[in-house]
Amino acid sequence: MKNTVEIRWHGRGGQGAKTAALLLADVAFKAGKYVQGFPEYGPERMGAPITAYNRISDDKITVHSNIYEPDYVVVVDEGLLDSIDVTSGVNPEGAIVVNSAKPASEIAPKLRGYKGGVYTVDARKISVAALGKYFPNSPMLAAIVAVSKVMDRDQFLNEMEASYRHKFSKKPEVIEGNMNALRMTFEEVNV
Amino acid sequence: MAIRERLSGNEAVAYAIKQINPDVMPAFPITPSTEIPQYVASYIANGEIDTEFIHVESEHSSMSATIGASAAGARALTATSSCGLALMWEELYVAASNRLPVVLALVNRALSGPININADHSDSMGARDSGWIQIYAESNQEAYDNFVQSFRIAEHKDVKLPVMICQDGFITSHGVENIELVEDDLVKGFVGEYEPEHYLLNANEAMAVGPYAVSNYYMESKRAQTEALHNAKRVILEIAEEYEKISGRKYGFFEEYKLDDADYAIVIIGSAAGTCKAAVDEIREKTGKKVGILKIRVFRPFPEEEIAQALKNVKSVAILDRSEMFAGTGGPLGAEVTAALYRAGMFKEVVNYIYGLGGRDITVSDFEDVYDELARMAQTHEVRDNYKYIGLRE
Repeated sequence: MKNTVEIRWHGRGGQGAKTAALLLADVAFKAGKYVQGFPEYGPERMGAPITAYNRISDDKITVHSNIYEPDYVVVVDEGLLDSIDVTSGVNPEGAIVVNSAKPASEIAPKLRGYKGGVYTVDARKISVAALGKYFPNSPMLAAIVAVSKVMDRDQFLNEMEASYRHKFSKKPEVIEGNMNALRMTFEEVNV
Repeated sequence: MAIRERLSGNEAVAYAIKQINPDVMPAFPITPSTEIPQYVASYIANGEIDTEFIHVESEHSSMSATIGASAAGARALTATSSCGLALMWEELYVAASNRLPVVLALVNRALSGPININADHSDSMGARDSGWIQIYAESNQEAYDNFVQSFRIAEHKDVKLPVMICQDGFITSHGVENIELVEDDLVKGFVGEYEPEHYLLNANEAMAVGPYAVSNYYMESKRAQTEALHNAKRVILEIAEEYEKISGRKYGFFEEYKLDDADYAIVIIGSAAGTCKAAVDEIREKTGKKVGILKIRVFRPFPEEEIAQALKNVKSVAILDRSEMFAGTGGPLGAEVTAALYRAGMFKEVVNYIYGLGGRDITVSDFEDVYDELARMAQTHEVRDNYKYIGLRE
């Protein structure tokens, strides 16, 4: 477990936190890692809080439990900060990445004294600028890769482009927008 | 070269089905079914396989149609989960007693109520007396490997019994992990064509399937089933050995993880064994305490003597069940492993834990606590409660 990076995603049903976790597993797999991507299933409804997880490692992963002491946390919906303790168990040497238009200094006070890194990324602004619509997935995915450094930027972008080409083979017009969203995020997240 | 992939357990089993390209798959298409029939339906719609997919109105019907197709001479399978298996109950016995080599891809989930959709072994454990072979998986890899081996075991002339390939709901069925797939041609060569010995569509051999048996015959029919299950033990090992040649992966009745020199052993089934392995590695590294695991792969037939032999040198044993049997005495694995030790004349400190019901998580630290208790038991020769729950909110 020593070489394993553990990530916990907090989102709301319908925002794509589960999909983002699976995409991260996908891209890390392509970068040669051992991966796990799994959601915690509850009574899933649109808008209800959901949790998803990633383990990414250079070694084979056998653990099949949820993650209670993640290295990193991604908060896809800022509104969850008032109702859920997203800081629970987070490694103080890790980081929390929040989807918010506010600077990290304004979000940090809501994180119950968390000692590690706090980063914000305005996924709405990036997504609307790059895609014309609000899909927080791609920016949050790029943000956690930028912050956690589970793989390097160029490798991530190359693998994502291949993924998008496969996924959007019938609508190639959205590929460039998604790629732009990823690139813009790398510039916006202040690491 | 093996194909390196990352797949969910559902995708992995559906991929094995695609590689096998069976003749008939009847399935109930909505909840509590799994994504497995959905993926297979896509393969069929895309023309990748020519399996006949039959949409049925219930799981009772899906198992009935699978039985009908198999009796007619087809290689047939179905898939379900949880209450879907419960609705098949009557037909499970019909499949086994008619000696039909059907395969069921099962995702283990809790039975109602309260209504719960998460991992739990109550569904298949309830069906443990139905005459089916039951094989369980720790990971997506094992679910795939077990499935590829399933028809060979079921169709073997000395067996001819239905096989249930089980994996843990959501934990492996929906979790994406690394996996190595065997190439299509190797799988096809390994599984081969199904040539039934006796079948209804054979015009040269008139036969009846599922007739009435008076008391003078019924008992012999049951005894023949147990004989076939006994044969299945040998066949399961032969098929595993053959599979190792194309996959490089070794399988038996169970996996012994660091059990060779172990003083304290946990006996467990399914995905939680992986979490337990991490606990074993950590304990051995930090404390040097000799801890190990016996992970059951084949629960039916029950490899009683082999299990006892594997545990012969340990001082204390904790048997972990992911289902209740409401006897007030523990779970089914606990009862059977304890009996296995007794019949082998091995008397040690044994405790039976119930864990993970309805998807309750079990962690590395829970397993560390169990090993601590095993060490205490071995030292004091005192078992505090021989049956208890892990992770229960008091």
